[in-house]
Amino acid sequence: MTLDLVLDIAMAASLVIGALFTLVGSFGLLKLDDAMKRLHAPTKASTLGVGALLLGSSLAAFGRGEPSLQEVLILAFLFVTAPISAHFICKVNLHRRSCDTPPTPAKDQTWATLDTAGDETR
Amino acid sequence: MKSLTRAVLPHPLLTLLLIVTWCLVTNSVAPGTFVLGTILGVLIPMGTSAYWPGAPNGLRAGKMLVYLVIVVWDILLANIAVAWIVVTRSNRAMRSTWVAIPLDIRTPEAITMLAGTITLTPGTVSADLSDEGHTLLVHALDAESPEDVRDEIKQRYERRLKEIFE
Repeated sequence: MTLDLVLDIAMAASLVIGALFTLVGSFGLLKLDDAMKRLHAPTKASTLGVGALLLGSSLAAFGRGEPSLQEVLILAFLFVTAPISAHFICKVNLHRRSCDTPPTPAKDQTWATLDTAGDETR
Repeated sequence: MKSLTRAVLPHPLLTLLLIVTWCLVTNSVAPGTFVLGTILGVLIPMGTSAYWPGAPNGLRAGKMLVYLVIVVWDILLANIAVAWIVVTRSNRAMRSTWVAIPLDIRTPEAITMLAGTITLTPGTVSADLSDEGHTLLVHALDAESPEDVRDEIKQRYERRLKEIFE
């Protein structure tokens, strides 16, 4: 077995794995029924799904003899920004009460999003 | 001398991060790239330092690396577990629930890292902080008991983050 063949197989495998997890993520988005549950599907697609596709891209560049680390950068930006958008969708859900009411926190008064006491003065 | 260093390099770690990012964006480590990266790495923190009044106390880099490896490994395992749940379980059989996690960590950097880790690990999404920042609200897709999820997150991630940042 030559190195090229091993690289090709590894690349194909990571592309298939990435596509599979992205598919399951989209399927979950269709299948799950309430807003909070549906949020779990895209986090899956964006971590292992995109991660495996980027690994495939990195291996392909390595096989062509022009190694590239830009995929690492894409993954880093994605991992930094994905939780923030998920967090904001959560906050909108909580604010619009489109999900079950969460339990009251033990030490503090309430959750930051539900803390509307100061809003009435506007 | 010290105030001069602070004026030119308000955030040395940010400067380093910008140089590395610039080299990755242009995909080269040629001297010219490095020089331009250094110029950007000095100018950007200087221009934005008004918005970053405090600097983090620093972190333990070795423990941070161990933590990142653990998180990547957990993302892999949790992905497979959650994909299996999504495909095989019916909506009604999923025991999705809220989990309230009382926080021991107090620094904003550590809490941000914890919330990000929880969201990136499939099966749990961090939703909100309590008004004074003592509790983190997490939504779990399928959990047998909220207590187990809470204890695992506290044991596995929060304990390590406390060692890294505090």
